Amino acid sequence: MSIDESTAKRVAKLARIQVAPERLPALAAEFNTILGFIEQLSEVDVDGVEPMTSVTPQRLKRRVDEVTDGSQQEAVLTNAPDAREGFFAVPKVVE
Amino acid sequence: MSELNKLTLAEARDALRKGDVTSVELTDACLSEIDAAGALNAFVHHTPEIARDQAAAADARIKAGDAPAMCGLPIGIKDLFCTKGVPSQAGSRILEGFLPQYESTITQNLFDAGAVMLGKLNMDEFAMGSSNETSVYGNAVNPWRRGNDDTALTPGGSSGGSASAVAADLCLAATGTDTGGSIRQPAAFVGITGIKPTYGRCSRWGVVAFASSLDQAGPMTKSVRDGAIMLEAMCSHDPKDSTSADLPVPNFEAMLTGDIKGKKIGIPKEYRMDGMPDEIETLWAEGTAMLRDAGAEIVDISLPHTKYALPAYYVIAPAEASSNLARYDGVRYGHRAKLDQGDGITEMYEKTRAEGFGAEVQRRVMIGTYVLSAGFYDAYYNRARKVRTLIKRDFEDVFAQGVDAILTPATPSAAFGLGEASDDPVEMYLNDVFTVTVNMAGLPGIAVPAGQDAQGLPLGLQLIGRPWEEGDLLNTAYALEARAGFVAKPSKWW
Repeated sequence: MSIDESTAKRVAKLARIQVAPERLPALAAEFNTILGFIEQLSEVDVDGVEPMTSVTPQRLKRRVDEVTDGSQQEAVLTNAPDAREGFFAVPKVVE
Repeated sequence: MSELNKLTLAEARDALRKGDVTSVELTDACLSEIDAAGALNAFVHHTPEIARDQAAAADARIKAGDAPAMCGLPIGIKDLFCTKGVPSQAGSRILEGFLPQYESTITQNLFDAGAVMLGKLNMDEFAMGSSNETSVYGNAVNPWRRGNDDTALTPGGSSGGSASAVAADLCLAATGTDTGGSIRQPAAFVGITGIKPTYGRCSRWGVVAFASSLDQAGPMTKSVRDGAIMLEAMCSHDPKDSTSADLPVPNFEAMLTGDIKGKKIGIPKEYRMDGMPDEIETLWAEGTAMLRDAGAEIVDISLPHTKYALPAYYVIAPAEASSNLARYDGVRYGHRAKLDQGDGITEMYEKTRAEGFGAEVQRRVMIGTYVLSAGFYDAYYNRARKVRTLIKRDFEDVFAQGVDAILTPATPSAAFGLGEASDDPVEMYLNDVFTVTVNMAGLPGIAVPAGQDAQGLPLGLQLIGRPWEEGDLLNTAYALEARAGFVAKPSKWW
């Protein structure tokens, strides 16, 4: 599996990271190095093996479905780069 | 008492309880060492006011006869832990200015046990790195040097600041986190003890997430006994972390008898790597002999899928990271890029993340995005999770044969020079070749300083234990520590 510049560009877009066009060839090369390393996994016989979902066998705990926390609007907004009137503010999303 | 900063946790605790020293004195001794150690770049956010307040409160508790395990002991906290009102940046530009409104469970547990926080410690950005060279704060520096050569060496990573600070006696101990070796590799590079507990022992709540199925916090200390004391204070069942284990936390220190007669120690043949330096090979053989002398039975074992642990890790960890780091979008906290006229929300995300994340983090987020993307999910991500099942099964088979612990080298080399590693990211990844299997299988592991190379740099051995049996593992490490007799300290140049 080899990644070309257009794939690198598509991945950067999916990851929402701006990459300058002149950086794409080097980025694609780095991806290929890493994927080449990962490629060893294709040697392993994984027939009939379950993919791991939890490293320690445990059942997620259940609790009563009730509000245990909340009313912390001020604390939640404290670190926002732009907060107005009790909301997070972002550039226009819909025209 | 002279040089209070050089005390171990156990020594300081005993001196505090006897009234030979106060926490304020201990804390002041550490604070002045920190001030004089800027060259190490270990502490990146200083909290002397908090430290002095906590120390005074600890002294009052001790006087009142209420001295819990860590009462009055000054420690450093890795920048990955959210500490209320104190910068917690995970070594990243994207969290510049972020002030957590809550306290991580582990730091809360430590404070409840009376610990004193001196400040926050340098680390690789989002814990992604093995040399502390990806940090927004710049490199942390190893207090050790190669003989008289003044080349700056890495303290390892990602918990490089923690390792440097403890080895240089800037604090009595420090917290670290370990996703693929980030406690054990730096501990080995600076000649201290580092413990990664069983997955689920330490709450992940309030610890900035890298790869949630692998991340575990643990102590980095000057001795195995200190590791036992601090680990117990860190562990708890936490309803705020759904993977936190609801199991009683034993008194680990009480389990340190040093008696390992009849224990079965496995030596895995797959850890004998091509091109491994003779010094590491020799150290491993010496460690094996020490455990045999202590009465343990040494058995050769096989962990056949070892070589696939690193490649599987470099699918799973980036995949989880790409998901976890999606939250850094310039909306709720941290950095937001300045936008140009006409930029919409997508440009805001893309510019913010390009400016806020360093090169290695960007690389891993994008690799993770790729292996999770439509058409590749099965070939990469699912295959890696199946290989992970096999890696864990290897360990289960060995434990089923009665093996109590496994002895391996901690790292494939001694500390290397800052900037000496090649530009090939995969070469840097190989640093974790002996440690990453343990995270993949969720097991407890401990790095113990065991010797020095020809240039005088520390070398460590790793012991891997059965799940939830940290107490037994610590006792084996204690026996190894006693026989290795590692007492060397870096000579002060900073």
